Amino acid sequence: MKSTSSNKNPPSDIILEVKDLVQVYGKRPVLNGINFQVRKGETFVIMGGSGCGKTTLLRILIGAQRPTSGSVHIFGEDITSASPQELDRIRLRFGMNFQFGALFQSMTVGENIALPLQEHSQVDPSLIEMVVKMKLELVGLTGFENFKPSEISGGMRKRVGLARALALDPELLFSDEPTSGLDPVMTAVVDQLTLDSTRKIGVTAVVVSHDMTSCFRIATRMLMLGSGSRQGEIVAEGTPAEIKANPDPFLQQFIRGEADGPIPFRLSQDDYLKHLLGDG
Amino acid sequence: MKFSLQTLLNVEGKGYGLLNVRIFGWILFGLTRRGILVPSEILRQMIRIGVQALPMASLVALSVGFILAMQSSTELGKLGANSFIPDLVSLSLMRELGPLLIAIIVVGRSGSAVAAEIGTMKVNEEIEALRVMAIPPVRYLVIPRYIALMVMLPCLTIFGNCVGLAGGWAVCAGTLGMSTSFYIEHAVDRPELWDLYSGLIKSVVFAHILITTACYQGLSVEGGADGVGRSTTNAVVYAILWIIIADALLTGLFFFVL
Repeated sequence: MKSTSSNKNPPSDIILEVKDLVQVYGKRPVLNGINFQVRKGETFVIMGGSGCGKTTLLRILIGAQRPTSGSVHIFGEDITSASPQELDRIRLRFGMNFQFGALFQSMTVGENIALPLQEHSQVDPSLIEMVVKMKLELVGLTGFENFKPSEISGGMRKRVGLARALALDPELLFSDEPTSGLDPVMTAVVDQLTLDSTRKIGVTAVVVSHDMTSCFRIATRMLMLGSGSRQGEIVAEGTPAEIKANPDPFLQQFIRGEADGPIPFRLSQDDYLKHLLGDG
Repeated sequence: MKFSLQTLLNVEGKGYGLLNVRIFGWILFGLTRRGILVPSEILRQMIRIGVQALPMASLVALSVGFILAMQSSTELGKLGANSFIPDLVSLSLMRELGPLLIAIIVVGRSGSAVAAEIGTMKVNEEIEALRVMAIPPVRYLVIPRYIALMVMLPCLTIFGNCVGLAGGWAVCAGTLGMSTSFYIEHAVDRPELWDLYSGLIKSVVFAHILITTACYQGLSVEGGADGVGRSTTNAVVYAILWIIIADALLTGLFFFVL
């Protein structure tokens, strides 16, 4: 199910393109022929249950892992066949907001945000200091420059992670579970920051999440990965309205957060028998 | 040169050998381009890894000086050869015990700390974050620690030798009635320059083994806290093991082959 709105954009607007992506662990396919495109200015949300391959997909998208087969084009360049040198060059154009911030514990909040600037720009330290303050203001943490990551809350760490991801003004932002473990107010704050990044700064965002409220609040397009009998395939793709209207029982069970439905909670009767008898 | 070095540095894969290649590659690259070797970070690591190990190294070296002088006095005294104690203390420290024991102390103190620090960074996705920010972890984390230890371990060894000699002097002067001038004359005159150099060459080799093992184990951490614990233990055990093996090989090379 393809988005109708996305087809209005010219192909040159494509920032990220995933083609026939397959990832197999042992004999188990985690991603099985994934195809999608993300266009400039979109907030593209990838959702799915635990173990459906969201994190694996994100790791492949940022070049941290090579897929079994298929390709990932970012800014028109295939990162699955890029050399480490080429990959580093592409990485300078995107930012990554890790699930738990991945902040350097030995550094202060300010030093964390300054690091990519110090490493990849030739600007004066006083200017870097100013940019750090601007990024902290952007995420509502003015005055926290000298705090260590261990001295601030989980929500603040996520926001610092976002500020660091935006330090080099990337064109593309990847975000891994940006609202997991946050209270509803902080979830709304982080969602608003993601929206601000895309609407005000013009960043294209790819967000991996299973927080439905958050997904529908920020997404311009969504994709759902299947699990269980539909492991590795795309269950649905489209705008939030199209996703909501999609009658797929698998998708609807996930959106409504219901325990009963096609998403497997236990092994099927046959699989359970095989497991008990040691065949499976 | 730039192209070949960059290609070398970006070779994919893991392994202790490849880590060594990357370390040498980055140092060479750093010598040809500004901004790769960061003096302030190297200095910070020199203080953390080296200077802060001084009290412990001093205590060990002093104790070794005491032990050498006391043990040798019981046997040499029977032969009326107490005058050779300064020679024995000095030679033992410079050739063997100084470099070896200081290296073992630094493995326990700084090697384990480096492995645990880098390992924890790996578990917390900090290493992954460096890669995504296009900052090579070996260049950013390993190189400053490598250079710091390559400089600091020989310095600690020289310092340890001096403290050990002072320990030997304390025993000789305090219990055997040996004059300070006699002790210094024998302790300094007897060893040849090669004795000092051989010990320093050993300490450089030990520093390489120590820091590469610690960093490799840290970067190889898999899993959570148990993985960090396992890698830290491995770092200490393997570093000590290889240091002692290297010591045996170098002693054979320096004093039996050359």
